[in-house]
Amino acid sequence: MTVELRELRRSFGGTVALDGLSLTIEQGELIAFLGPSGCGKTTALRCVAGFERPDTGAVFIDGADVTRVPANRRDAGMVFQSYSLFPNLNVRDNVAFGLRVRRRPTSERHSRAAELLELVGLGGFGERYPHQLSGGQQQRVALARALALQPKVLLLDEPLSALDAKVRVNLREEIRRLQLELGITTIFVTHDQEEALSVADRVAVLKSGRLEQVAPPAEVYDRPATPFVAEFVGTMNHLPGRVSGETVEVFGHFLPLDGAAPGEEVDVLVRPEAVRVSPSEEGRGFILASSFRGSIARLRVQLDSGGEVLADVPGHEAVRLAPGLKVDVTLVERPVLTAPRTAVAAPVEPVA
Amino acid sequence: MAGVTWRRLTLGVAAVYFLVPLAIAVWFTVYNESLGFSLGAYGRIVSAPGFGESLLKSLLLGAAVIVLVLLLALPALLAVRLGAPGLRPVLETITTLPLIVPPITYVVGIANALRGGTDALAATPFWQTLISIQDEDFPVVLVLAYVMLALPFAYRSLDTGLRAVDVRTLVEAARNLGASWPYVLFRVILPNLRSAVAGASFLSLALVMGEYTIAALMGYRTFPVWIVTVSGSDGQLSVALSVLSLGLIWLLLLTLSGAGRKSK
Repeated sequence: MTVELRELRRSFGGTVALDGLSLTIEQGELIAFLGPSGCGKTTALRCVAGFERPDTGAVFIDGADVTRVPANRRDAGMVFQSYSLFPNLNVRDNVAFGLRVRRRPTSERHSRAAELLELVGLGGFGERYPHQLSGGQQQRVALARALALQPKVLLLDEPLSALDAKVRVNLREEIRRLQLELGITTIFVTHDQEEALSVADRVAVLKSGRLEQVAPPAEVYDRPATPFVAEFVGTMNHLPGRVSGETVEVFGHFLPLDGAAPGEEVDVLVRPEAVRVSPSEEGRGFILASSFRGSIARLRVQLDSGGEVLADVPGHEAVRLAPGLKVDVTLVERPVLTAPRTAVAAPVEPVA
Repeated sequence: MAGVTWRRLTLGVAAVYFLVPLAIAVWFTVYNESLGFSLGAYGRIVSAPGFGESLLKSLLLGAAVIVLVLLLALPALLAVRLGAPGLRPVLETITTLPLIVPPITYVVGIANALRGGTDALAATPFWQTLISIQDEDFPVVLVLAYVMLALPFAYRSLDTGLRAVDVRTLVEAARNLGASWPYVLFRVILPNLRSAVAGASFLSLALVMGEYTIAALMGYRTFPVWIVTVSGSDGQLSVALSVLSLGLIWLLLLTLSGAGRKSK
């Protein structure tokens, strides 16, 4: 079952939520809609679910135009950001709700509910009520409920954002496992880049209701199509550089250009893991701060020429590369993206 | 300790305030200087002409008012909450209006409208409708008037109930699972609003069981009107009736709130 969004436009009062969004989601694919709040990712999802009607444009599910089909006839299962279980029903009846609406016999409802609860790891919880469950368990039940009718599409609207960090990671892996097992076409809306990169087949990065890039996670990270994507996904250093021909000069190195440069004086975009730091008395800066993160340590290096650079070094080097140490900074040789020169060269840390 | 004493004192004063008149009323109905202790007044209620008829009429009116006021207020509240939150102050103002306008004004208004309407519609089929809503056995026109009066109470009770649940998410979850709008309303929203609905229903019923002005001035013999009529001829009987109707309403209240609490 494919889902196609064609030229979707939607505005609320003066705010444009979707500005001509076009995208096709392939059968069995898990696509993540990623972007800052207000980028239109949730509106796009709600257009697929039928809770929003686009001002112009169309939504196709499995080749059929569903733009004007009401939400209750859409055949798309949805998991919501806030806890959405029916408080007056126990877990089993929550999962079987859709079957009850369709007047299926009790025996079928109960067996299907039991099967799905088993699937999400909550077998034996059928008699409990939502208020007796943890947040993670509630979202599992919501997932089971969304899958009970074997929908063509699974829609996940930031389903993990209300959960603790640990539960979040477990549940997102479980969602991915289930999605692969069932082969269900899935749209996963999130503002958490790590979440998007770790579970999705493809990541669609949205900004102001437009698609910035849609590509597999590794490509979005390694070859961001626009400076916005580069900065939103992962951490990016902005280093002052000078373009000459097919290369750009940074810190005395000539690196090949990836795509066209916006001018002669540019910002070169470099990931912290592409920055090498080594102790050197004649170095071009010193370590300002170091934050240890287990397998890596992130160093903040103050350059003598002004500005700062973030660098990721292996965790075991954190002791040797202590704050205050004079260091030399070099870059890994690989094609780099450039952006128009900003006033101050400073690394941009994304808000996760 | 001071808190407990204070609480007991307050409760005691309130109890005296409410219970002493009640006790005296009950005593008055069962004790007579010439006859001594007797339950005769209660016996006379049942045999009094018009008792069953007027009580049944008022209960039926109450039921109709409850159904209508819920059907009117609940979808309106949901629609405003889901579709046009900006209109909430408007709804709030509209539902407060019946509290501001005195009942006597309604009576005059309704009576004028009916009289004028009967003249204007005399030649049309609507004339028959106008006559039938004033039927002595089940005056629909009273239901309509009472719905107006009950609206402020029902609205506030339901609004409080709706505040406690995430209506939008529940509605969308149910819609997503294939539920039609009526299904959403009756099987998803209502069950989660039991105590609010029970509260709204009770307030509406209490209003109907106690409303005198409109019914009396429009010439309908509802239960409250009947009580007043009867009390003129037999003092003991009328007080016995008040005690009884109080007990009856208490019973209904307990039933309704019991139904409201039985949600788990």
